[in-house]
Amino acid sequence: MTPVARNRLFALGALLVAGAGLGFVAFGNIGENLVYYWSPSEMLAQGEKAYSATIRLGGVVQPGSIQWNAEHTTLHFRVANDAKEGTPSVLVRSTETPPQMFRDKIGVVVEGTYDASGVFSSNRLMVNHSNEYRAPKEGEDPNKWRETLSEGTTTASTGTGAEAR
Amino acid sequence: MNKLIKWGLPVVGLGVLAAGWWLGLAWAPPDREMGDVQRIMYVHVPLQWMAMLAMFLNFVAAVAYLVRSNASWKLDSTAESAAEVGLVLGALGMVTGAIWGRPTWGVYWSWDPRLTSEAIMLVTYTGYLVLRRFVEDPDKRATWSAVVAILGAINLPIVWFSVRWWRSLHQVQSSPKTVDPQMVLCLRVSAIGLLLLTIAMLMHRYRIALAERRAEVALPEALPGTGGAASVHDTPKVA
Repeated sequence: MTPVARNRLFALGALLVAGAGLGFVAFGNIGENLVYYWSPSEMLAQGEKAYSATIRLGGVVQPGSIQWNAEHTTLHFRVANDAKEGTPSVLVRSTETPPQMFRDKIGVVVEGTYDASGVFSSNRLMVNHSNEYRAPKEGEDPNKWRETLSEGTTTASTGTGAEAR
Repeated sequence: MNKLIKWGLPVVGLGVLAAGWWLGLAWAPPDREMGDVQRIMYVHVPLQWMAMLAMFLNFVAAVAYLVRSNASWKLDSTAESAAEVGLVLGALGMVTGAIWGRPTWGVYWSWDPRLTSEAIMLVTYTGYLVLRRFVEDPDKRATWSAVVAILGAINLPIVWFSVRWWRSLHQVQSSPKTVDPQMVLCLRVSAIGLLLLTIAMLMHRYRIALAERRAEVALPEALPGTGGAASVHDTPKVA
């Protein structure tokens, strides 16, 4: 075999392996077995199997559910499937200072454990941002977002959960 | 090589990049949710785009090297320079991403699909460059590393589509529809600046690689570490 023919064979082989690997990743449904986080309804559907294992729970902070106890520095809030009312949600307890953007209706991913008491104890609280970038509206100061939090001027992160499936 | 391109390209690239970053820092509005932190987008996103572009060039050069009947050292040198430049850009992209992640996500790192596939990509191309250093025969080196380059390129579409295929912490790609026009302009200017700089880096690294290949083929003994002259220095010194 000439070197050129041998190299072409190598190229064909490598391309075939690469294509098969990529095809498997893209269409092999590995996402069904390997998810970065569970939504509240998925976790609740697991029943007792979800207890005491370290898991990630992802969703949206249910509007009006944030309770910050400054004395004990504990944070309670509910993670819901989406920002709509009445969707399944899970109560989360965190002792961490939340990231700057944490607020109602924003997408969050929490790492921790769930148990029979129905409380998810989080030891890692992450906020995920949507793919939207906008200038502040008239009169808004983005660096003082905390003060505007109560007025509900913020938008929900929709780039998570249901849409990603 | 034309001197005008050799010196003009990096200078113009730096100028455009500086203009893009200046616009991003001083002229564009802050994001209404993230505030000024969002301005790191004009650094992070162009870096990742150019890293992907360089890795793709590596793939094209590798395939061309194996398939073409008159494959030359030029293709091998192109592949090497693209992998090296791409690795530098990708590593910087990952670092800037982590810096952006801490204030917005709350963490520098999480094993989400985008971050994991990006990490695999950087490890793959590091391995590619390590392999190249290990193989002394230029012919074998070019052939073997081209095979690794093709296999490593599987990951490029995975990195790109990971945020669409799976749930992740990283958001999906933005588009001009989801980003305000002023920010889009800053992003484009920065990306064009970095593209010119990337081309300049690629050309520079390519010239070095090609000179090395030609020297290796013409005078195998003259290079350090390839037997011959080098072995003289390697003999243990006796007092």
